[in-house]
Amino acid sequence: MAVIAETGPDTRNLIARLWSNQQARSVIIQIVALTVVFAAFGFILRNVVINLENVGKEFNFSFFLYPAAYDITFSPFIEYSSRSTHLRAAVVGILNTMLVAACGIVLATIMGFIMGILRLSTNWLVNRLVYCFLEFTRNVPVLLHILFIHGLIVIQLPVPKMALNFADSFFLTNRGFYIPQPVWEPGAGIVAAAFVISVVFVVFFVRWAKKVQDETGRVYPVFLISTGAIVGATAVAFLAAGMPLSWSFPELKGFNFTGGLAIKPEFIALWLALSYYTSCFIAEIVRAGILAVSHGQTEAAYALGLRPNRTLQLIVIPQALRVIVPPLASQYLNLTKNSSLAIAIGYMDVVATVGGITLMQTGKEMETMMVVLLIYLTFSLVISGFMNWFNRKMMLVEREAKKKRAFFSFKTGTGEDS
Amino acid sequence: MRPLNVLAASVAVAALTVAGAASAGTLDDVKARGVLRCVVSTGIAGFAYPDANGVWKGFDIDFCRATAAAVLGDPTKIKAVTSTGKTRFTLLNAGEGDVLWRNTTITFSRDVGVKLRFHGVNYYDGQGFMVKKALGVTCATQLDGASICIQTGTTTELNLADYFHANGMKYEAVTIETNDEARQNYISGRCDVYTTDASGLAATRSTFTDPDNHIVLPEIISKEPLGPATRQGDAQWSDIITWVLNATITAEEKGITQANLDSMKSSKDPEVLRLLGVEGSQGVELGLSKDWAYNIIKAVGNYGEIFERNIGVNTPIGLERGLNALWTDGGLQYTPPFR
Repeated sequence: MAVIAETGPDTRNLIARLWSNQQARSVIIQIVALTVVFAAFGFILRNVVINLENVGKEFNFSFFLYPAAYDITFSPFIEYSSRSTHLRAAVVGILNTMLVAACGIVLATIMGFIMGILRLSTNWLVNRLVYCFLEFTRNVPVLLHILFIHGLIVIQLPVPKMALNFADSFFLTNRGFYIPQPVWEPGAGIVAAAFVISVVFVVFFVRWAKKVQDETGRVYPVFLISTGAIVGATAVAFLAAGMPLSWSFPELKGFNFTGGLAIKPEFIALWLALSYYTSCFIAEIVRAGILAVSHGQTEAAYALGLRPNRTLQLIVIPQALRVIVPPLASQYLNLTKNSSLAIAIGYMDVVATVGGITLMQTGKEMETMMVVLLIYLTFSLVISGFMNWFNRKMMLVEREAKKKRAFFSFKTGTGEDS
Repeated sequence: MRPLNVLAASVAVAALTVAGAASAGTLDDVKARGVLRCVVSTGIAGFAYPDANGVWKGFDIDFCRATAAAVLGDPTKIKAVTSTGKTRFTLLNAGEGDVLWRNTTITFSRDVGVKLRFHGVNYYDGQGFMVKKALGVTCATQLDGASICIQTGTTTELNLADYFHANGMKYEAVTIETNDEARQNYISGRCDVYTTDASGLAATRSTFTDPDNHIVLPEIISKEPLGPATRQGDAQWSDIITWVLNATITAEEKGITQANLDSMKSSKDPEVLRLLGVEGSQGVELGLSKDWAYNIIKAVGNYGEIFERNIGVNTPIGLERGLNALWTDGGLQYTPPFR
């Protein structure tokens, strides 16, 4: 009976037959799922169109070319006035977001690595202190950290007239930190050129030194020579060009300091809070990464006579980075996205400009919010693209190094045997 | 709280995307719900603030209560939908509120661009500057180079940019999300100047521990007619809001107060009789009950009573009637007749 049922013609309808085929079934399920997703999108889109029509609003982006009419005081990179367009205001916002994200990523990485390593310290006090700081910071929302730091600066520091004065050049006030600003004079181009040339030289030197080390095992003091070359060449050029540099010092005029470089409290608060908050997560990632490298690796390195410094540098860190980089990328993304909390303290980032004042003044909620979403999406894609590239690079180096080492040990192994 | 504002904006945008088409019959919606949702500020002394028991009070809130009294016959049936300067129109347009009573300036772009309907002026205001007395500043032209706290999403920041641009002066704009935050920054000295509508300055100053150490400069740099707003496309609801406001002002013109309301029902003035629903059917034409205006005055009193109770000279805010006196007393408050 069973044999007949299997070989005889299938009398069921087409769908039932397809359904019993595993491959066809999975295709059907995927088609249905996609249709549902598209239908949902279509429904939302249709609703947007209908609702915008109901309130009588047009969907267009031409408002970006009209004068913004509002002022943004913090625009360190490009000129901006209230006569500029909404587009320019958006660019100011984007640049401000990029500034705080970039500075935040750098500081968070440095602090994170230091704390991660301190967390592994055998010194009980250091270990516990870092542990307490990490746990306290990680478990309080980042917005509160931002408000806390901002409050500290604005409420605790003095007003400009009673600024904390350091040698008449550095001033701490609740309106920002004022420092002397370098002003380049004619001839500065020579110094810059000397700097660039020495950096290029150092890049080649480092590669060459690595090659020599790989081939002969000879180690050059790469760091000392590199620093010496860059500092030396730049200093010589600086003196030769007749010291083309002067300083603009901050000075109290009327209500505020003028001249010098002003670092605004809004920027400092956002930068510090985002950095130390994110650094706590990075510290745990670093600790996990280092612990993931088997202790046998370190012992083997010691047995081969490598000093602890070189062991960390050559054996532990390259292998730990393989574990650290992927979760590190998501922390960088988090930091960038968290920077949108800037509005809480009035730092003019992209949410405060396009997604805030422009939205308000033009009444184009849908358009501005879409632009803000796209901007954050771009930031995220760029960061994760870079981190993926870096990750692949780390993995590749790892494997090559492994192959080389294996090859080397094989040779020595056979040498001893024969 | 700020994250809530961001959230509110997102929710509003989301509401615009997923909510079904907003129905045109706001009046029916409100009646069916039994509660009037007013978009109000997050808290400005005298205008809209929750008291110690969490009950909303203030000038704008009283107008919201007046609307509830007219529509639902009960001034307590209100829900205050709090909004920042930035989120107020989105909340209204997305249907999260029925009417906006939130010291909002009527402007061309808000009327035409943001697609709102405005229904008259319940407070004639203008933008001013407040500074600490110790600064020794006596007029606004001395403010070159100052740091100025402003609330984001307001006409204030545009007027400020225009004023300083026109006078060739520079300033540092410290842009803050809410009135409370701006106040903190001003008190701590992050800013030299706090600028907003003169009524808002008076309200904010009244909450200081040392109001006498702060002065409001004499310059008023803009016209700020503040009034209620609704969504476009609901003529009946627009009429109701317009005439709720007009009813309070007409009541003051006619001398109808909370105290003499019942005796005024036997007045000899036909307009008073029409207003109170003794004669004619004006309330029914609006889609309301006959005694809608009677309910308003019973609940909150006439325009003058609302003003004096919340922000008048005998309150901590201490505002004079000024431009907001009746036209018969040299002010600008004037309404079309109930005829």
